[in-house]
Amino acid sequence: MRPQTKGSFKVADTVVGANPDTHAAGDDPNRRDFIHIAAAVAAGGAVASLAWPFIDQMNPSGDTLALASVEFDLTKVELGQQVVIKWRGKPLFVRKRTGAEIAAAIKDDKADLRDPQTDEERHKPGKAEWLVVIGTCTHLGCVPTFGGGDFGGWFCPCHGSHYDTSGRIRKGPAPKNLAVPDYAFLSDTKVKVG
Amino acid sequence: MSGHSNYEPKTGIERWLDTRLPIVRLAYDSIIDFPTPKNLNYWWTFGGILAVCLGIQLVTGIVLAMHYVPHVDHAFASVERIMRDVNYGWLIRYMHANGASMFFIAVYIHMFRGLYYGSYKAPREVLWILGCVIYLLMMATAFMGYVLPWGQMSFHGAVVITNLFGALPIVGEAITTWLWGGFAVDNPTLNRFFSLHYLLPFMIAGVVGLHIWALHVPGNNNPTGVNVKSKEDTVPFHPYYTVKDGFAIVVFLILFASFVFYNPNALGHADNYIPANPLVTPAHIVPEWYFLPFYAILRAVPDKLGGVLLMFGAIAVMFVLPWLDTSKVRSMRYRPTAKLYFFIFLLACLILGYCGGQLPDDHVIPHLSTFTLIDADLNSFVWLSRFAALYYFAYFLVILPILGLTETPLPQPESISAPVLSHPANAPAGAAASPEKRG
Repeated sequence: MRPQTKGSFKVADTVVGANPDTHAAGDDPNRRDFIHIAAAVAAGGAVASLAWPFIDQMNPSGDTLALASVEFDLTKVELGQQVVIKWRGKPLFVRKRTGAEIAAAIKDDKADLRDPQTDEERHKPGKAEWLVVIGTCTHLGCVPTFGGGDFGGWFCPCHGSHYDTSGRIRKGPAPKNLAVPDYAFLSDTKVKVG
Repeated sequence: MSGHSNYEPKTGIERWLDTRLPIVRLAYDSIIDFPTPKNLNYWWTFGGILAVCLGIQLVTGIVLAMHYVPHVDHAFASVERIMRDVNYGWLIRYMHANGASMFFIAVYIHMFRGLYYGSYKAPREVLWILGCVIYLLMMATAFMGYVLPWGQMSFHGAVVITNLFGALPIVGEAITTWLWGGFAVDNPTLNRFFSLHYLLPFMIAGVVGLHIWALHVPGNNNPTGVNVKSKEDTVPFHPYYTVKDGFAIVVFLILFASFVFYNPNALGHADNYIPANPLVTPAHIVPEWYFLPFYAILRAVPDKLGGVLLMFGAIAVMFVLPWLDTSKVRSMRYRPTAKLYFFIFLLACLILGYCGGQLPDDHVIPHLSTFTLIDADLNSFVWLSRFAALYYFAYFLVILPILGLTETPLPQPESISAPVLSHPANAPAGAAASPEKRG
């Protein structure tokens, strides 16, 4: 066994050259190069794999993600009014629209919309009077005021975005319509959001 | 920090230390013996003033952190407790809050001085860029500090600024969620802002160290913009500039104290004394005064991403300024045309600041409606912002690059000493003034 081992070392020596510290350009990498590369890769990999936990710790934590959905009793909302509830830290608008407001929203389905959606797509089938939207302006997240603006829907005081009675962006800097969250009618008088 | 040192240790202890840690030598070379142009005016004292501002913010901030509670349920009340119950808490908090404004007043003067005298030009590009980095860190620190009292302006300011990142395509939403640590600005956001608000000033201090290092390699620029030619052009930093800076610091502290003691809330917003309510945005949301010019640029663009990009671009453009200005003449003293454009630029920045504090659709000239251009009346703050923002960018991207190639500058003095010696008041009897004109 022993002489054999010795022999193989000898072979290795001749392959990588007598002096592992220096080798001319164009030579194959020697053993020291390999150690340098392997060490750098190991250290780099370790740093990179540790970086992710330190980045990801800032993402929503388990308890934040587990925030329960909310149920809401619609009888609290008068016709032509809205109620603001808090859902996932954000305001949620539950608006009971009048016939005139619904008609105005449907009439504008064919208007020049920045984020085209029909009013039909923004409420549950057969529930046109109920509009449920997330109450944060799609521009920079302010809370639009009820009934303001040129289109009778909402007006954002921060940078002047106007939303219509369907919550669609009509004027101002906001790019999108007020978002409609996932929700379902549990009964005629109760919705569950989230 | 560069070149040879004139420091000679006098005592045995100094000699002993000098061969082990030459820290006394470093201090001697940088603030005692450092050769400084002898013609620096008071616009050059703001570096020292800024160092004092940073020191005040660090000391008062560390004390405030001993009493402040970074939790959405307690933050507002803990700030009120500092104001009412903590011994001298009112003083320390007012120093910290007004100190931020004083810091920005000083930094803006410092930056405009650099712009006017061409302090960003070779060989001071790295010095200038480090200054821009400090300015960015200052803005981040000030913003996060303003969120901590958790008043209405704190909260909705945080909402608006973090939502800026949501304008980025594809990754925008993931980034805002990551910044918030949730689905809205909430307790995790407040917690991390407190942590970072404590960290960033120390990073500023570190970059200030680099900034001073980069300053001490080429040495100070000066009002003539002409390089130091000989020892005749300089004086040692101490006592000449320690005293001059010291005097300016005292005058500045009088202004500081007048705010702290006589009008401590003048630069803040009353709505921030209302506890944060995520369900109601204040009718008129404005950032602190030192962000108003950038806020005006943000609102001038009727497109979310465009506005955000232009606002960040307004800061980014400063980083490349050394390569945009094509003139070899540093000081605008000898660039009459550039001087004119500079003062219009200063005016444009002030107009942007004013517009940022107004409602976009309000009339600039009251009761005068002109005509609607694109989306707003021409006589409105949004249009005034647009014109001023256009000039802001034109100054950097068009005027400075072209002007350096086309203008005819005035003759520069041969050295810093020359204009002093040639001044009629200093001329010996019978000697002609302006020797450079004698050919």
